[in-house]
Amino acid sequence: MSMESVVKQKTVVTQTAPKQSLGKRLKDDFQRNRALYLMALPVLAFYIIFHYVPMYGAIIAFKDFSPMKGILGSEWIGIQHFKDFFGSIYFSRILFNTLNISISTLIFGFPAPIILALLINELRSKVFSRTVQTVTYMPHFVSLVVICGLIKEFTLDTGVVNQVLSVFGWKPVSMLNKPELFVPIYVISNIWQEVGWGSIIYLAALTGIDPQLYEAAKIDGAGRFKQLIHITIPGILPTIVILLILRMGRLLNVGFEKIILLYNPAIYETADVISSFVYRKGLLEFNWSYSAAVGLFNSVINFFMLWSSNWLSRRLKGESLW
Amino acid sequence: MIKESIGERIFNVINICLMILLMVVTVYPLLYVVFASLSNPMDLMAHQGLLLKPLGLTLGSFYKVFQNPNIISGYKNTIFVVFFGVIVNVFMTALGAYFLSRKKALWVRPVTILIVITMFISGGLIPFYFTVKSLHLYNSLWALIIPTAINTYNMIIMRTAFSAIPDEMEESAIIDGAGHFTILFKIMIPLAMPTIAVMILYYGVHHWNAWFHAMVFLSSREMFPLQLILREILIQNDTTYMTVNSATGEEAMISETVKYAVIVVATLPILALYPFLQRYFVKGVMIGSLKG
Repeated sequence: MSMESVVKQKTVVTQTAPKQSLGKRLKDDFQRNRALYLMALPVLAFYIIFHYVPMYGAIIAFKDFSPMKGILGSEWIGIQHFKDFFGSIYFSRILFNTLNISISTLIFGFPAPIILALLINELRSKVFSRTVQTVTYMPHFVSLVVICGLIKEFTLDTGVVNQVLSVFGWKPVSMLNKPELFVPIYVISNIWQEVGWGSIIYLAALTGIDPQLYEAAKIDGAGRFKQLIHITIPGILPTIVILLILRMGRLLNVGFEKIILLYNPAIYETADVISSFVYRKGLLEFNWSYSAAVGLFNSVINFFMLWSSNWLSRRLKGESLW
Repeated sequence: MIKESIGERIFNVINICLMILLMVVTVYPLLYVVFASLSNPMDLMAHQGLLLKPLGLTLGSFYKVFQNPNIISGYKNTIFVVFFGVIVNVFMTALGAYFLSRKKALWVRPVTILIVITMFISGGLIPFYFTVKSLHLYNSLWALIIPTAINTYNMIIMRTAFSAIPDEMEESAIIDGAGHFTILFKIMIPLAMPTIAVMILYYGVHHWNAWFHAMVFLSSREMFPLQLILREILIQNDTTYMTVNSATGEEAMISETVKYAVIVVATLPILALYPFLQRYFVKGVMIGSLKG
C-alpha cells in the first residue's frame, strides 16, 4: 500500500467519523471486529472472575460473613471490623513491623544491586565479569521454600551461620527464635537472593552510556574514579530515581510468603506484617470478615502509594506502569 | 591509553577479591546442600560448622528420596502444573496482548483501562480465596493454573512486542484473507518468538517454585506439588512421611541428609537449565524495563 493511499484513507476516516452517531460507530466497530472481540472474551472473563469478582467480594469486610450464607446473605455490620482492628494491639504492631521490614529492605537492599552493577562494570575481564553475573543471578531461581528451609537450617544454634560467627566470639543461638534478629535475617537473605538479579537493569543502563563520554573524559585526564563520579553515576541516575520511586509505591506491600515460611509465634512481635496477619486471621483462624477488613485497609493504602509513586514517575520521566 | 595508576591497580585487585568473595558467599549455601546430601548421615549429625566436601560419599539419601511416593507424586504434579500452566499462561497472555495491541478497535482502550486497574487494586486474599472456592476449583490442580492464567505485567510486555511488529506484515496478511486468529498464530507469535520464550521461562519458573496456592487450595496429599512436600520437610521439619520404613534411631539421622537430597532433587532441574537460558531471562528484564 502506498503512502498516498494510507493518507487518503486516514482523511476519509476523519471526515466521516464525526458525522456518525456513537451507536452507529459502535455497531460498525463491532461488526468489523467481531472475531477480535471473540478472542478477547476469555481474557475479559479471566479479569472479571479473578480480579473484579474478588473486588466485589471485599464487601465482606463490612459484613459478618459466613460461607453458608454467602456474600449477599451475610449480615451487614458496617465498619465494626475496622473499629476492632484499629482498636486492637495488632494494628500498631503489624503496621510498625511492615514499615520496619520494608524500610530496612529499602535502605540496605536498594543500593546493593547498584553497587554490584558499578563494581561489575569496573571489571576489566569480560569472562570474569560474565562469570560473576551468572553466579550472582542464580539464587533468584531457587524457590522461596528452599531458601527459607536453608535459612532455618543455617540459623539453628548448631547451624553454619552460628558456627562461623562463633569464631568471632558470637554465642550460638537459635536465631529465628530471637525477635531482634528477624529483620536482619530477612533483609540479608533478600539481598543474597536478589542482588545479582537486581543489578541486571543497572547493567543495562550502564551499557546505554555513550562511550564517547568516556573517551572525552580520558583525554581530559580523568581517572577511573572521576569517570565513575562524573559519567557513570549520572548516566544511571534516571534509572535509579525511577526504580526508587516505584519501590516507594510498594512500601506497605510486604509479601507474606517469605514471612509465613520463616516466622513462628515466638517472634510475631517483630515478624508479623499486615499481609501475614491477614493470612493467619483469615485462612487459619477463619475470621474471614475481620481479615478481609484488614486486607482492604492494606489495599487502599497500597493503592494510594502506588498511584502517587506512579504519577510522580510519570511526571519526572514519562515512565509508568502502563 | 593512559597507564593505570597504582591506586587504580589496587582498586582492581580489591574489586576482583570482592567479587570472588561474593561468588563464594552466593554459591556456598548451595554447595553445602549438595555436600550434605551426599554425606553419611551419621557423620553429618556429628559434624558442626562448614562443610568443605561430602563427609563420606553415599547416594543413600537420594535412594530414599526416590523411593518416597510423595516425592514421586509431587514431581508428577509439579510437571503437570508447569506444563499445562505454561500453555494456558502463554495462550491467554498472547490473546490478551494481541487484543490490547489492536489500537483501532473501539473497545480496546476501555478494556486496557479495566485491566490496568487490576495492577493497582485487588480484592485481597480472602475474597480471592472464596472466589476460587466457589468455582469448584478447590482441591484441583487447575486451581494452581486458572486463577493465575495471566500476569498483567507479562501481558503488557507481550503487547509491546506485538506492537513493534510492522503493520505491513499484518496488512498483507489481511489482503490475503487472514483473520485475527491466523494473524496471531501465524504472524505475531512467530515474529515475537524471543519474547514468547521469555514468557515461557518466567511462567515456567513461577509454576515450578509456587507453593502458596497449592497450600491453600489443595487438601489431598496425592495432589501436592513438589514445593509443598518440600515445605513439610524443610519448614515444618516433618520427615515422618520420608522415612516410613526405617527404625526410629536411624530415622532421625537419615532424615537429616534426606532433607538436603530433596532440595537437590527439587532445585537441580532449574539450576541445571539456567546457564543455558540465562540470556533469555536477562532479556526479559530488559524488555520489562523498556515498557510500552
